[in-house]
Amino acid sequence: MSETPLLEIEDLAVALPTERGPLRAVSGVSLSLAPSRSLGIVGESGSGKTMLARAILRLLPPGARLAGAIRFDGRDLLRLSRRDLRRLRGRELAAVFQDPMTSLNPVLSIGSQIAEALTEHMGLAARAAMARAVALLAEVGIPEPERRAHQFPHQLSGGMRQRVAIAIALSCEPRLLIADEPTTALDVTVQAQILDLLARERQKRHMAMILITHDLGVVAGRTDDVAVMYAGRIVERASTRALFRQMRSPYAEALMAAIPRLDAPPHTRLSAIAGSPPDPTRPTPGCPFSPRCRYARERCRSEAPPLSADSRDHHYACWFPLPDRSRAEV
Amino acid sequence: MLGLIGRRLAYLVPVILAVTALTFLIANLLPGDLAIVMLGDQATPENVAALHKQLGLDLPLWQQYLHWLWGVLHGDFGTSHRTGQTVLNAIAGRLPVTLELLIMAELGGILIGVPLAILCAVRPGSAFDRTVAGIAFGSLSVPPFMLAILLIFVFALRLHLLPATAYVPLSDSLLGNLRSMALPGATLALLEWPTIMRVLRSDMISTLQEDYIAMARAKGLSPRRILLVHALKPSSLTLVTVIGLNIGRLIGGAVITESIFALPGVGRLLLESIYLRDFIILQGGVLLVAIGFVLVNFLVDMLYAVLDPRIRHGRA
Ligand SMILES: Nc1ncnc2c1ncn2[C@@H]1O[C@H](COP(=O)(O)OP(=O)(O)O)[C@@H](O)[C@H]1O
Ligand code: SF4
Ligand SMILES: [Mg+2]
Repeated sequence: MSETPLLEIEDLAVALPTERGPLRAVSGVSLSLAPSRSLGIVGESGSGKTMLARAILRLLPPGARLAGAIRFDGRDLLRLSRRDLRRLRGRELAAVFQDPMTSLNPVLSIGSQIAEALTEHMGLAARAAMARAVALLAEVGIPEPERRAHQFPHQLSGGMRQRVAIAIALSCEPRLLIADEPTTALDVTVQAQILDLLARERQKRHMAMILITHDLGVVAGRTDDVAVMYAGRIVERASTRALFRQMRSPYAEALMAAIPRLDAPPHTRLSAIAGSPPDPTRPTPGCPFSPRCRYARERCRSEAPPLSADSRDHHYACWFPLPDRSRAEV
Repeated sequence: MLGLIGRRLAYLVPVILAVTALTFLIANLLPGDLAIVMLGDQATPENVAALHKQLGLDLPLWQQYLHWLWGVLHGDFGTSHRTGQTVLNAIAGRLPVTLELLIMAELGGILIGVPLAILCAVRPGSAFDRTVAGIAFGSLSVPPFMLAILLIFVFALRLHLLPATAYVPLSDSLLGNLRSMALPGATLALLEWPTIMRVLRSDMISTLQEDYIAMARAKGLSPRRILLVHALKPSSLTLVTVIGLNIGRLIGGAVITESIFALPGVGRLLLESIYLRDFIILQGGVLLVAIGFVLVNFLVDMLYAVLDPRIRHGRA
């Protein structure tokens, strides 16, 4: 952590307006990401991963309230003018969304959707931008890129569309790519291909990446670091190797147990953790995981544990962490 | 695409048969008699009977209709018994006026309605949005003839800016023509924009919540490009349908507007032919209007395919 961070988030909170009052989608999140490093953000559905990503992109739903600080390359994103924000988005900070069936514009050709970012940010003329778009399609593994460039999203499969979305994201050589569940909507067979594509392009371009997923298995061996989110907070943060060597928070352990096995039918994984996340419009004083935690004791219900680090920069928020067996064995 | 054209043409036949048969029936239910109109009040019953026989007006209604239809199928839309003018000639002389009126109304409605819709959709519920919604609702509830009279009062009688009723043909003077068409065009445009605005506004609001708009923002595109390229095009399908359907309503509006502003258009021709019991002209006019309406909506279908590639590729 000696390098100056590319992205630095401090005590970030996102509250969304709802009929039942403000919904705390994200609270007290602090993170930092060095240039060309990768970070996985893992958590059950509803844990605030998307809102965290949208906060970084400054793409929150209308009426959302943001507190804390987000610095990108030293610039405070919350204070950036609209114009500077626009120059940053797509150019230095790019995103791939979850559902490629809805994230591409249905009435614009694929080529033009890649080319427009290039004309907007790189000052390319229309023809040069289109040529570059075709080259990008080839880079992300789309066969017959010239023909595909003239096609529309509905003429491509889900996996191909996500490749197009990745080509768009990569088009201006961003320094940080945020991929929000890029494979959740795809067939299992295609998921690994897309993840490998992202990993390969990241290394080739020395780009930093945040990979968001609800599946701890997706980040295993793929990202440098992992942050585990629960109920809008980070409950554990460590290098991926350290985390998989020894999880300290009961929630990460439960997530780990919920990693789908190859023989399990898809989308069965979340039921593996008994109970459901707390209502984010009704914050409670204790540890948010306490109603579901099998290690919970009296203190957990009255006081929320802070995120603190052990001597090896492994952060976790738990009063009664799992024992560090990895250390004991050494 | 060919299938689409074929289906549309197949629609055309029953629609036109129904419309013309209805017009025929209703026109003949009206009291009054062309022979008396032509011969004057002093006509003797013998003269009237003779003229009836000559014009075929003594035949049963269905025979008259079939006779007329037979002519139409052979390209003969009929000839006015009263003036001796063919229907096609009578309408051709009037059509440019009505077309100009419809185009001005539609263009005016679009020029007012589309930008307002976009601005309202960007901040739904804002003071601006609510004000525009109120004005639109108000405009919708004013009957066209009231609007026409109001415009004449303000712009012709009070401000003396524009003529109220002196129609100038396009061939005489472009400026004069535009000036004479300004108030009637504005009357219909003011009736037209609220529907355009409301339909487009609500479609834009839902489009702006789509994932691909968030994606366009994440790409750092300008708000202008996001609104006009990414949001407007996919939001304009209903708008195009509504514009197509409105053409029918506008033709009704044109009849009234042409009468108030003394414009020699098709609408007034149809109205006159009702007064004068000149049913051949009425019938031919209604037929052409119906064909025009179906053709416009046919163009709308084509436009769908242009706007949305999913329809173009038959997968919507
Ligand atoms: N547009 C929105 N308005 C109100 N609440 C929302 C909105 N989007 C998400 N939420 C809520 O915010 C919380 C976090 O959601 P999200 O960030 O999408 O979770 P994740 O991506 O981890 O599944 C959830 O409780 C969700 O119901
Ligand atoms: S603080 Fe208590 S309830 Fe929360 S995770 Fe740790 S042991 Fe479980
Ligand atoms: Mg999400």
